[in-house]
Amino acid sequence: MVDLKASVESAAPGPEPAREVRGSLWHDAWLELRGRLIFWISMVILVVACAMAAFPSLFARLGPNEQCNLRMSKQGPGGAAIFGYDLQGCDYWSQIVHGTRASVLIGIAVTVFALLIAILLGLVGGYYGGVLDALISRITDVFFGIPFVLGSTVVLVAFPGHGIWAMTVVLVLLGWTTMTRLMRGQVIAVRDSDYVQAAKALGAGDGRIMFKHILPNSIAPVFVVAMLNVGNVISGEATLDYLGVGLQYPDVSWGLQLNVAQSFFAEYPHLLVFPAMFLTATVLSFLMLGDVVRDALDPKLR
Amino acid sequence: MRYAVHRLLQAIPVFVATTFLIYAMVWSLPGDPIVALAGDKPLPENVLQALRDHYHLNDPLIVQYGLYMAGVFLHGDLGETFTGQPVSELLTDRWAITAQLAVTAWIFELVVGIGLGVFAALRRGRLADTAVLAGTTFVIAVPVFVVGYTAQIVLGLNLGLFPTAGTDEGWPTSYLLPGMVLGSFGLAYVARLTRASVVENLRADYVRTAVAKGMRRSRVIGRHTLRNSLIPVVTYLGVDFGNLMAGAVVTEGIFNLPGIGQQVFQSIQLQEGPVVVGVTTLLVMIFIVANLLVDLLYGVLDPRIRRG
Repeated sequence: MVDLKASVESAAPGPEPAREVRGSLWHDAWLELRGRLIFWISMVILVVACAMAAFPSLFARLGPNEQCNLRMSKQGPGGAAIFGYDLQGCDYWSQIVHGTRASVLIGIAVTVFALLIAILLGLVGGYYGGVLDALISRITDVFFGIPFVLGSTVVLVAFPGHGIWAMTVVLVLLGWTTMTRLMRGQVIAVRDSDYVQAAKALGAGDGRIMFKHILPNSIAPVFVVAMLNVGNVISGEATLDYLGVGLQYPDVSWGLQLNVAQSFFAEYPHLLVFPAMFLTATVLSFLMLGDVVRDALDPKLR
Repeated sequence: MRYAVHRLLQAIPVFVATTFLIYAMVWSLPGDPIVALAGDKPLPENVLQALRDHYHLNDPLIVQYGLYMAGVFLHGDLGETFTGQPVSELLTDRWAITAQLAVTAWIFELVVGIGLGVFAALRRGRLADTAVLAGTTFVIAVPVFVVGYTAQIVLGLNLGLFPTAGTDEGWPTSYLLPGMVLGSFGLAYVARLTRASVVENLRADYVRTAVAKGMRRSRVIGRHTLRNSLIPVVTYLGVDFGNLMAGAVVTEGIFNLPGIGQQVFQSIQLQEGPVVVGVTTLLVMIFIVANLLVDLLYGVLDPRIRRG
């Protein structure tokens, strides 16, 4: 009886247990992560990629589409141009560095917006249930059922002259469903836990329960999927550029460079290899990061 | 049975909403297709009006959509292009090509993906496992068109193992390489999913019980572990069939296979609304039916879901 009372009391102070659990889970994860070589490799690549995206002039010799010389078109690596020249005769290294921004920015922005939508809809649907949940779930099904390439092609052709932000909107529109479904499932799994009941018994409001108790305890797997998602979005954006419906010249992006390379790669493999290498390294880093974070967060795998 | 009916009833509004959304998007494409149809010589206004009436372009969108769906379900009629050719006729041959491609990719995912996943799981933490994990992550990270071009050059052109393009040699020869490229992403995913699931289940109590009872290893793995591990994999494979059909556009382009992907991609750019709507409607239907089948199969594999 005394024990029971003590345990109720220790569980009682509203946000404390949640904060503690969260701290220890993420702290444990960090202790695990910092010992993993793969974590550091992906972090280094991503820091470099983000630096290239933010300050391309630190890395590139020339500005985007600057000092292009058609006489140098498609020339392989050599001399001042370590990556050779592209079809327009621009320095390929500089072009590729400037292409980083589109991929990294779109990948991160799309994922952040999709994550926010997923958290909001997942919390509301999973917590309240009923008609609202059914409605949210069906809307999710509708967007889930639209094929990615065809759906985005239709939208992008309908709104020509789109830049990075329009691409972001389209990719968010077609990409928020997976995380929302996962978030909803997670919320339902923890909704009836003792600590939620305790918070409810103490008179905590819905908003407080959702954001202070349920969210910290259900976000971890969604967070992992979000990291993997950044890689997938970058890949998807490059595919749309490659198909010719994404970003357009004079924008510079890896997808566009690969689009140009497709006609010439048999004789000029450097056109394909270098942007593909950058693209793959970036996507791979996000995927590896997601993987190691998942391992670190999931105690079942230890 | 009640579960099946319930799922079917849920699928109907999703189908209607998805196809309507696509219909609305396609018809919001810029430009007037009727004016474009006339080419350089402008048509008189009354002819334009008559054509618009014929194609129901003056009705509200929702009426157009209703008429279209009635045609699809009552007469199997996918509408006609603005040059008067029935869409279904235009697509017959192309469907077969994309379906063959998707099936090839799907079998590849299923067999090699599950095989690799089980293989890695049984050697967890050893070199073979690490190699499978690293290899699959890499395949997921490389965009499919880069995989395609590389495979075409190395395996097709340099080594001469496969035909490089076209459908001249029929199924399966012509479809092997494109199928592998199309299925590579899903294969990596299936392998990882299978591995994770098997690893988790190998620690389950019922597996320990089976081992303790002195069962042969092959039976413990084959009967007990695999059956329980494959549930998430089956879900993925079911959903992925629709993705393969819809995602074939890139692979078809690289290997020059005249399938629906290429057709619909051209049609979007030429603003051939009827073709785009026809194809996407069918794709969404395939997608939803595949999902439905998976859900039902899921119920068979795991009785808890049926009751839940």
